Amino acid sequence: MMRFVCRAAALRRPVLVIAMVLAFGVMKLPTERALFVQHRQLHFRDVEFNLDLREKIGQLGFIAALSGFRSIVADALYIQAHVAWERTEWGRVLLLFRQITTLQPRAILFWDMAAWHMAWNASVAAMNDQTQPRLALRVKAQREYFALGKDFLERGIKNNPEKPQLYDALARLYKEKYEDHASAFEFYAKAAVLPGAWSYEKRFAAYELSYCEGREREAYERLRQLYDAGKNERLPTLITRLKFLEQKLNIPNEQRIPENAH
Amino acid sequence: MSNKTAGINRHRSFSLARVFAITTNTLTELTRLKVFYILLIFALLLIGSSVFMARLTFQQEFQILKDVSLGAMSIFTSLLAIIATARLIPQDIEDRTVYTILAKPVPRFEYIVGKLTGVLLLLSISMLVMSAMFLAVLYLREQTVLHETLRQMSAAPREQIDDALRAIRSSALNIDILPGIVIIYLKACLLAALTLFVSTFATTNIFTIVVMVVIYFIGHLQATAREYWLQEHSTGWMTRAFLALVALIFPDLQTFNLVDDIVVGAAIPLGLVAKTVVLGVFYTTIYTFLAAFVFYGKEL
Repeated sequence: MMRFVCRAAALRRPVLVIAMVLAFGVMKLPTERALFVQHRQLHFRDVEFNLDLREKIGQLGFIAALSGFRSIVADALYIQAHVAWERTEWGRVLLLFRQITTLQPRAILFWDMAAWHMAWNASVAAMNDQTQPRLALRVKAQREYFALGKDFLERGIKNNPEKPQLYDALARLYKEKYEDHASAFEFYAKAAVLPGAWSYEKRFAAYELSYCEGREREAYERLRQLYDAGKNERLPTLITRLKFLEQKLNIPNEQRIPENAH
Repeated sequence: MSNKTAGINRHRSFSLARVFAITTNTLTELTRLKVFYILLIFALLLIGSSVFMARLTFQQEFQILKDVSLGAMSIFTSLLAIIATARLIPQDIEDRTVYTILAKPVPRFEYIVGKLTGVLLLLSISMLVMSAMFLAVLYLREQTVLHETLRQMSAAPREQIDDALRAIRSSALNIDILPGIVIIYLKACLLAALTLFVSTFATTNIFTIVVMVVIYFIGHLQATAREYWLQEHSTGWMTRAFLALVALIFPDLQTFNLVDDIVVGAAIPLGLVAKTVVLGVFYTTIYTFLAAFVFYGKEL
């Protein structure tokens, strides 16, 4: 059969081949589109290959990313960022992490590390900068690095709303760098309800709430609920915060936890 | 006379034994070219990257190990598929082996299928060895990190230890890596079949390789062209015609690029893997038929 078709088409073979390629192209189109839509739904291929990315990662990196080696390019940049961090070149660290997170927006690790470098390492370096004698300017620089760290985490959450790790990191940043307990509570609480969350998120959310003026009653109820959940939750900080709130809210003695609770 | 007629009648239009003979010959030929040295480079890459990774945390280490290994597998198998296939037909013509084979009652279709199967076998062996090396390294590193963590956290509450172990396990070896490896292999098969098709009308293997490199790049952009063609109606007809040609002629290689998402822990639904496998097999089959069709008309 194949031989017959081939002999019949001997003279028109090139035209026939082109026609067959095009017909095959039409046949494959619906499956390719269905897979493309499914990839988009699963947030795969979320990277936009545009001039902005080209400017960020350079020509070679852009070509490599286009050829399906996006994650390797991101890793190479990550290693560069690691070296820049060791040399405390903060501007370069920031620039590289912007490129890395653009290439791999679904990698939690990169968002988390970017935020950590900015809000924890670069901010401390800015505050201890011996070349800047004015304290006000050092504090300003430190605040700017906090904001950069926060921005990385917020964008990371926007790209990975279902992952608890970045909510946890943002809550920690609010708690330790901004001392904003209400926001820290909000993000610990958000992390706690997501699948794969750490077991301490609920507890940490309640701790943070206990520092919020005017929300003591709500915090007390949350802490009490955890205390009643069993021995595993009765950790020293929980008992201290609970006792503090019992005092503050004038909880009747018979409802209070035992004095020697543990 | 009657014996001769019976002999002709016994000759089958398609014989697996003949295909097998061509396949084993092709595989032996390719093995003699020392293509398996590529596996040595892969092993060195694994060792080399682990030297650097000693300075990183376990999450960073596992992610980079997976990225580098799967990326290297993808590069090596794609290169192997293109370069090994590109030389098959031109080399046989140059050595005049093709005349010896086709002078016998071997249909050209069988010759093409045999040659391609030889390359696919070579790719399978390479893929299996690379996967085994990669999974072994990943498993050993995971076990080391687990033991270190257990030792360091021996005094910690059970709940914290469980959390830590869960974090290590989720960032190291997971089942989604396997479909990722299968899809890398399928992409290489597709590229091999497409290279064979190009080599049936190409005059030299350099031309085939250059064309395949161009196809490789365009294939990764095909989805962008296709979506622009199907969704954007405000562009001129010339642009639309060009985009339509790109979308219809080239395969969508980004479909086979799930590794970038697998390494960051994305779960790949089984349905998606199945559809990708079907599409890969479909591409490979069609390109093999096209190669056979062109080869039938080729003047030797």
